[in-house]
Amino acid sequence: MSAALERLAELLPPGRLLVRPVELAAYESDALTAFHTRPLAVVMPETADEVIAIVRLCHELHLPFVARGSGTSLSGGSLPIADGIVIALNRLNRILKLDPLQRIAVVQPGVINTQVTTAAAPFGLHYAPDPSSQTICTIGGNVAFNSGGAHCLKYGMTSNHVLGIKAVLATGEVVEWGGGSRERLGPDWCGLFVGNEGLFGIALEITLQLLPKAECFHTVLAGYRTLEQAGDAVSAVIASGLLPGAIEIMDALALEAAVAAVHAEYPPGCEAVLIVELEGPREVVTIERERLDAILAASAPVEMRPARDADERMAIWKGRKSAFSAVGRLSPDFIVQDGVVPRRKLGEALRRIAEMSRETNIRVANVFHAGDGNLHPLILFDGREAGALQRSEELAGRILKMCVEMGGSITGEHGIGVEKRDFLGDMFTPDEIDCMQRLRAAFDPLGISNPGKMFPGKEAPALSHVGLHPLEKAGLISRE
Amino acid sequence: MISPSSLTELCDAVLSAPRVIAVGAETKPRLSAVDAVKISTRNLRGITEYDPSEFTFTALAGTPVREIIAALAEQGQYLPFDPLFVEFGSTIGGVVASGLSGPGRFRFGGVRDFILGVRSIDGMGRLLRLGGKVVKNAAGFDVPKFLVGSLGRFGVIGEVTFKVFPKPAAMITLSLPYSADTMARIANSRFEAAALDVLPGGETLVVKLAGPGDALEVLSREIGGQIIDSTIWDEIRETPWSYKTDITPDQVADFKTAHVSCGGSMAYSHALPARGMTLRGDAPLWIGGRPRFAIEAAVKKALDPQQRFPTLDD
Repeated sequence: MSAALERLAELLPPGRLLVRPVELAAYESDALTAFHTRPLAVVMPETADEVIAIVRLCHELHLPFVARGSGTSLSGGSLPIADGIVIALNRLNRILKLDPLQRIAVVQPGVINTQVTTAAAPFGLHYAPDPSSQTICTIGGNVAFNSGGAHCLKYGMTSNHVLGIKAVLATGEVVEWGGGSRERLGPDWCGLFVGNEGLFGIALEITLQLLPKAECFHTVLAGYRTLEQAGDAVSAVIASGLLPGAIEIMDALALEAAVAAVHAEYPPGCEAVLIVELEGPREVVTIERERLDAILAASAPVEMRPARDADERMAIWKGRKSAFSAVGRLSPDFIVQDGVVPRRKLGEALRRIAEMSRETNIRVANVFHAGDGNLHPLILFDGREAGALQRSEELAGRILKMCVEMGGSITGEHGIGVEKRDFLGDMFTPDEIDCMQRLRAAFDPLGISNPGKMFPGKEAPALSHVGLHPLEKAGLISRE
Repeated sequence: MISPSSLTELCDAVLSAPRVIAVGAETKPRLSAVDAVKISTRNLRGITEYDPSEFTFTALAGTPVREIIAALAEQGQYLPFDPLFVEFGSTIGGVVASGLSGPGRFRFGGVRDFILGVRSIDGMGRLLRLGGKVVKNAAGFDVPKFLVGSLGRFGVIGEVTFKVFPKPAAMITLSLPYSADTMARIANSRFEAAALDVLPGGETLVVKLAGPGDALEVLSREIGGQIIDSTIWDEIRETPWSYKTDITPDQVADFKTAHVSCGGSMAYSHALPARGMTLRGDAPLWIGGRPRFAIEAAVKKALDPQQRFPTLDD
């Protein structure tokens, strides 16, 4: 055992420091399964003080560390470092406080996203951010990567719901920013910390705002002959002045996958399905649903299916949220991309993706948050075919560059991580990247906190097999 | 006072003196009452991009918020967080640097929740585009959010991109006797109130409902109280408050003389509070101190190594 591991062993009782290869295997990869690296060790702290002690030791020893929740990052955000440790935060899984009067929850980083809403439900409250992996992903991971979900247009991303953070920075300093108030004074430190991709330190306690649960929903599924018609329908909804909670589109290939995986049923002969959801007090929804239904009826759908009850609504969402892992039924391997284009350019973006798909003879399924222009092209390939992965990655890269050219972004909600670090320079100038690196160095002068993520030019981790994560195959997690 | 008229000139202005601070219309004069050469954004004015179908606009820092509100209103859109001091000429850059939101913050969030991107100048005079121009973006560190409330101490804001929302068709304002229970009942309810404030004196709760007119009438009957003129929200927004304090709903009783906004999350006042930030007058900028961490100096050094801008304590 190395000297570093001996020092770690002094901090934790036996059983919470994993060093045997068989124990480390589960931590080698996250949901970006193309990459895997075996860490030196995995530590499993149970208290915030233990996390602080571990980070301070890492600082003293210049030992790199990667914080990890459930390992659902799609950008390789929690990929381990070969000469570093993984700090598994799953045991810091307590909701420390739930105050229905202030409408806040204070949680540890290992708390699962949906557990917050479950705990808040008896008070008529909920936690709004809803990434597709919400039944397994942790709040700590959501904070590190500023996770999104299907309701971002109206409710924003994780950052918009974080009121306070207690964190241990990579220097070992413990900071506390914000708290129970929705407002704050001075620079927005919480805003800077959320989305740091683990490069600043580890959140230990997170204060989340809770919102009253919407009383009433109106969810419509509409099928269209062409993607363009579905896109036009989105434009019409936006132009009407309605503010739907969610606007989603799935293309033919994604529909085929959802049918195969969860026996979802869609109107026949459709190249695209649009899902629009209104929410609010029943009196408001009653009025707005008439307007929405009229707008959609005028958009020449093949068929419109409003959900008649909660079960039908859940069925619509089940088909949508399972679409990513469902694509695994159509192809042995696939890459999930995450780009953003201005909403008015969605049609053009989809046309160009289809052209690229034809040109390269690579199948691409599209599932996207149409309300905010967030595309999720799923690039299908067979990893056993020589060069197939490289060709698919090339196509993914072309799609990302197209998003930047159109004035959008290389990531809407998955983060840069390992996956997109080579594209950071397409979106930002050298000065802008330098500014971010200076910030990184301020928080982490030694470069020990999740090194190799976000910024280009770091040593590439081992590239290996591509395909579904074992948990994904088992249906326990899904990707968005 | 220097008044650059382009972002390039703004970069030059930052490097033109050993210590500089950007100002807009100076509607919150205490925030920039420091020993530094003032850079006015008055000639950096205008909406540079606005596509209503994107729910976004981009404007130069010195653009008066009044002009933005008017341009948005023509397209049936608005800034849901209710910027303050609009009639006094407040600028969009000043809104970001001060981080002040009004009563509308209650429903959908504050300045920080609607800012998407900035073009800002760091202490080395470099023009940087950070964040994005689309409603959803997770690339790079969220510097735009950090600049909200940063008081020009970490960089100068040259241009900003914001998310906007469609404006609700109608509005109804209700007045009820305040009690903590009544406030909690409305805040935690199905009503989705747009604003929830307690007037100075601590006895009156005012509630804004926004949405389709017919629905609001039904909701307002269920909530109870009296319907009052909705211009009260303009009065609240245009009162030249001297102090802002961040509070929690259980502290409302301690801020009886203040205007309590956002369901008990902030207090604006004329009388010196026990803690808070001074917007105008001679009181210290930070009343009752503020949290301090070593990282603040490190971040200041990263963004402004020569202290071209004052510190938060100047």
